[in-house]
Amino acid sequence: MTVLTLIDAIKQAMDEELERDPRVFITGEDVGKRGGVFRATQGLYDKYGGTRIVDSPLAELSIVATGIGAALADLRPICEIQFADFIHPAFNQIVNEAAKMHYRSGGQWRVPLVIRAPYGGGISGALYHSQSVEAFFTHVPGLKVVIPSTPYDAKGLLKSAVRDPNPVLYFEPKKGYRAIKGEVPPGDYTVPIGPARVAREGRDLTAFAYGMMAHYTVLAAEQVAREDGLDVEVIDLRTLLPVDKTAILTSVQKTGKALIVHEDNLTMGYGAEVAAVLADDGFAYLDAPVRRLAGPDVPAVPFAHTMQEFFMPNPDKIAAAMRDLAEY
Amino acid sequence: MAEIDKPTLLEWYRQMFLIRQFENQCDVLYKEKKITGVYMHLYSGLEATGVGAVAALRPSDHVITAYRDHGIALARGMTPESAMAEMMGKRTGCSGGKGGSMHLASREHNFWGGYAIVGGHLPLAAGIALESRYNGKDDVVLSFVGDGASNNGYFHEALNLSAVWDLPVVWLIENNGYGMGTPVEVSSGQPELHKRAVAYGMKDMGRVDGQNVVDVYNVVSKAVEYARKKGPVLIESLTYRYKGHGVSDRSYDKMAELRDWQQKDPILVLQDYLCKHYECVEDELKDIEREQMAAVFKAVEFAEDSEVPTYEDLISHIYVEE
Repeated sequence: MTVLTLIDAIKQAMDEELERDPRVFITGEDVGKRGGVFRATQGLYDKYGGTRIVDSPLAELSIVATGIGAALADLRPICEIQFADFIHPAFNQIVNEAAKMHYRSGGQWRVPLVIRAPYGGGISGALYHSQSVEAFFTHVPGLKVVIPSTPYDAKGLLKSAVRDPNPVLYFEPKKGYRAIKGEVPPGDYTVPIGPARVAREGRDLTAFAYGMMAHYTVLAAEQVAREDGLDVEVIDLRTLLPVDKTAILTSVQKTGKALIVHEDNLTMGYGAEVAAVLADDGFAYLDAPVRRLAGPDVPAVPFAHTMQEFFMPNPDKIAAAMRDLAEY
Repeated sequence: MAEIDKPTLLEWYRQMFLIRQFENQCDVLYKEKKITGVYMHLYSGLEATGVGAVAALRPSDHVITAYRDHGIALARGMTPESAMAEMMGKRTGCSGGKGGSMHLASREHNFWGGYAIVGGHLPLAAGIALESRYNGKDDVVLSFVGDGASNNGYFHEALNLSAVWDLPVVWLIENNGYGMGTPVEVSSGQPELHKRAVAYGMKDMGRVDGQNVVDVYNVVSKAVEYARKKGPVLIESLTYRYKGHGVSDRSYDKMAELRDWQQKDPILVLQDYLCKHYECVEDELKDIEREQMAAVFKAVEFAEDSEVPTYEDLISHIYVEE
């Protein structure tokens, strides 16, 4: 086992998939010689050349749309959007085209496409370099949405995404690119798209999270175990669409209490769907109201450090929410 | 101008007449409420552009267009049965009834649709062309472009990208004078739309008389050969839609203007050409017309007799299952 950072695990997955399948290519802004704005593709241009690591114009809709077109014609594009905030110009391509192609053609067409985008706040990126955009896309049948929180999952899920015959949005917690490290086996393995992961077993309550917040939620669970003797189960959702209802219900059946953590703002966020799953099919399991800890309902993560701190959930805030819920 | 042989001209006549009959029949069925919905955009009047352009391709090439797609799908070889059943929302339609008028699709014909979002298909055309270049093929993509689409961002990004990456795309603007209800000169700073090629460093093949199938074929053939070897090309075909933007909206039909364009009706233009060049061709044309009318009636019968989609169809093809 080798210890890798999150971003190195992502790069390793792309490197191995490029090696494995000549149909795989990467396109996006500065992904070529420059190696990507976060260096996710560093070295790949030298290894695979400009035909497979393709610098695009600064034009997101055509980055995604050319990916869709190439995928229709049976290539396996990985499109990089530099920041998730920049994905909005391509919203029509993702929602109206990628998600609907297989359906609208009565099964004739398929779009084996991966869109990678770093998301999330806490890096002083201000309004347009901090957004969490997952909820816009988890509302769209036809798409798959994946957000890893560990290097192991990052590599295995990205490989699954590349091999998936459907369009997959793969959001990367950029604050954790170099901060999150973990063991990653060399060589080929995959993590299936769909199942959530029990990141920490526990009995007192369940905390659901994904991405950077899954990382923080595990830290918070360890903190309340140490300080309060609470035994929190942490579920890293990691695939947001399709929804892993079984994992949500199974855990709450055991613990009776649910906390959902995400940095995307509260209203209509992913936590609302988790709460709805519990209300629909897990009502009898609940010993307490379902709680959500999320970003506040403000238009974006603002620049000033103090406001950013107010905005972002962190291990202390998550631990406090766990204690509150445990006391109910 | 290259000499086109008689069988080819008769085949084009057949296709154009088929399209006209198909569209006339769609109009009738719409009024009878057998084709439902409020959106149906007929290709009547534009037949020479679609047939002449598609004739310049080989089967391994690709075709993509916007929502006025019936004529192009038929020219590409989709059967009238498959198209008409889709129009009526039947299981036997090309997309099993999920698409309807604006979203015809046929993998087997490399016909990539049928798009209802104006200009949304243009960067897809670039992506399909990228596959051809990536795999060292010389297949081209023929992308129809509405005059209205030439004013939005998709057009700009897609044409620029195709030029930067030397993609084998023939961008063929079907300039029928109006983007929905707005005349081209009201919406375009440069109403000679082909001139935009200059801004992208792209081959400008100028304007073509979109009512003359032979002219369209000749120009698009040159464009296709250029695209195979070198890169993208922009052409503007001047044509006219006889039935307004869509069946539900004919408020800006202009009778005088329509009569002028009908003087150079694409089917009549080809008829004249054939009659001038070949003696006694009239009987052959009549036979073709009879056959195509019968083919359309047969397609309508097929569609009417076909099953409607089920609930199971509603929830199928959401994801590719492997």
